Amino acid sequence: MLSREALDKVDRALTKYPPDQKQSAVLAALVIAQEEKGHLSTEVMDFVAHYLGMPPVAVYEVATFYTMFDCTPAGANKLCVCTNLPCALRGSVAALEHLKQRLGVELNETTPDGKFTLREGECFGACGDAPVMLHNNKRMLSFMTPDRIDQLLAELSK
Amino acid sequence: MTTAHPPLPADAYGPDALIMKGVDGLNWRLKDYEARGGYRALRKVIAEKMTPDALIAEVKKSALRGRGGAGFPTGLKWSFMPREFPGQKYIVCNSDEGEPGTFKDRDILRYNPHSVIEGMVLAGYATGTTVGYNYIHGEIWDVYQRFEEAIEEARAAGYLGSNILGSGVAFELHAHHGWGAYICGEETALLESLEGKKGLPRFKPPFPASYGLYGKPTTINNTETFAAVPWIVANGAERYLELGRPNNGGTKIFSVSGHVERPGNYEVRLGTPFAKLLAMAGGVRAGRTLKAVIPGGSSMPVLPGEAMMRTDMDYDSIAKAGSMLGSGAVIVMDDSTCMVKALERLSYFYFEESCGQCTPCREGTGWLYRMVHRIETGHGRPEDLDVLVNVADNILGRTICALGDAAALPVKSFIAHFREEFAYHIEHKRCLVSIPGGYATVPGVPLGEAA
Ligand SMILES: Cc1cc2nc3c(=O)[nH]c(=O)nc-3n(C[C@H](O)[C@H](O)[C@H](O)COP(=O)(O)O)c2cc1C
Ligand code: SF4
Ligand code: FES
Repeated sequence: MLSREALDKVDRALTKYPPDQKQSAVLAALVIAQEEKGHLSTEVMDFVAHYLGMPPVAVYEVATFYTMFDCTPAGANKLCVCTNLPCALRGSVAALEHLKQRLGVELNETTPDGKFTLREGECFGACGDAPVMLHNNKRMLSFMTPDRIDQLLAELSK
Repeated sequence: MTTAHPPLPADAYGPDALIMKGVDGLNWRLKDYEARGGYRALRKVIAEKMTPDALIAEVKKSALRGRGGAGFPTGLKWSFMPREFPGQKYIVCNSDEGEPGTFKDRDILRYNPHSVIEGMVLAGYATGTTVGYNYIHGEIWDVYQRFEEAIEEARAAGYLGSNILGSGVAFELHAHHGWGAYICGEETALLESLEGKKGLPRFKPPFPASYGLYGKPTTINNTETFAAVPWIVANGAERYLELGRPNNGGTKIFSVSGHVERPGNYEVRLGTPFAKLLAMAGGVRAGRTLKAVIPGGSSMPVLPGEAMMRTDMDYDSIAKAGSMLGSGAVIVMDDSTCMVKALERLSYFYFEESCGQCTPCREGTGWLYRMVHRIETGHGRPEDLDVLVNVADNILGRTICALGDAAALPVKSFIAHFREEFAYHIEHKRCLVSIPGGYATVPGVPLGEAA
């Protein structure tokens, strides 16, 4: 289900917690699984549950509680714009509108070619860099003015 | 200041910085930290065989108060940890920074990670605890990776492990990450999350010091709180206290966001006038005037600009002015901001992030958001303002965790200080703010019809 490489990463995470608290590694394991599989299907979540010795429903609960998990397929590039107030005071709403217009999608939609999914996020803890966006959860993009958004889209469309 | 890319200019965080002194964005490694005097506090404690009680007394004397939001005295919190507990105890660092407007812990972790590590080891020493976790906000993945690297460096140098600097003192530290849930910043939700569950806050009492991670005694502090400890131990509590004000020791990093020329982090002595902090951030953006400030993160009451200009930045002064210092996130709004629209966005946030466990919060945050939204989009009714305050009052103090209060306080304070703007929206179905280019519905356009 998951590659050896992915399982090695999960095993590394497991070393951080007491041997009888394997469940503590569930966030780490699901992040690793989502990265490898693109999204968290029921089969993937069941596998993680089995691997960590958790009831599957406990894993589903976690996967649906934390907003950066995708339980259904998203586009190859997930762009998440922070629109909370401190960012909104510095142009994040305009950044989001620019993205909608350039991509031709609304929030939570994916472009027909499957390349881009657009999301809205809450404070990333980076408000001094507003407008900020996350690309595929792990890459923080700062000061995303319309021209920098255009550069990013050009880079990602290659 | 965070807006520049490293290397940051000298004194980027201000001339009085202690935690961020000499930090340029590139010199985050162990050797750099040692060159700045890092791990001197830990070496001193070990060399002098300082007793845990003496260390706690020192932190108490410094008047260091928690930097995560509640401002609880740190030394006192440490003293609650049972000394003779037979099982494992835990030190947990709260780096789940997600309070809108707050971005200081990210800078501490990426530019000065060893200050947090040293602070956590000292907390372990003071409380007789040998294992720690740092729970880092999922949205700052690169920072999480850097912190893991810093842990490796500290371990290799003997600052972490089962025999720290050959003294027999043990402390092991691990980084853990979240994955997008504001509520996990609440300390008991954080513990649930660290146990691999949904982040649902627990009833208190019992407090974490008696029933924390895995049901074991646990001390939880904010990133900045831990990062302040090494300086106190190395330089003396007296000196730290004197830098601030009585009961408000030392320096505090304020994250200044919104309508200023230079948004960023500024570390100043507690008690610094707000006007001075605002000037460090370059002042209100050119051509505009100050309208309102939320001085402690989005969960705290908003204050009119004039009131802020008379206030000093410390816990007690801000409380006297009618708000709270909170996490030290200073959200600045100029005269192009519509207070109805601003509150609408904040109310949406609390509605989205309520974990749903308690009825007043789950239902109340929905009510608050829908009513403010209705006023903002031109469908408000004359009785709405009183109903809003009433709903907020029915949330306050009736919930498991403080998120309920965090949703209610902005509503009450926005209406208290800017009632005429809300009333104007309701009566005229238009925004009172007529300055283009700000955070307001396009001037002249009836509400609900703007793009
Ligand atoms: C909804 C909510 C969110 C919170 N978020 C954070 C946070 O992101 N970081 C933090 O340190 N404390 C946060 N807190 C406060 C913590 O519960 C706790 O008081 C703090 O971590 C204690 O550390 P300190 O004493 O060093 O401030 C939050 C509280 C609530 C109610
Ligand atoms: S106050 Fe809100 S967020 Fe806190 S426990 Fe209750 S429902 Fe959850
Ligand atoms: S409000 Fe956008 S990162 Fe904080």
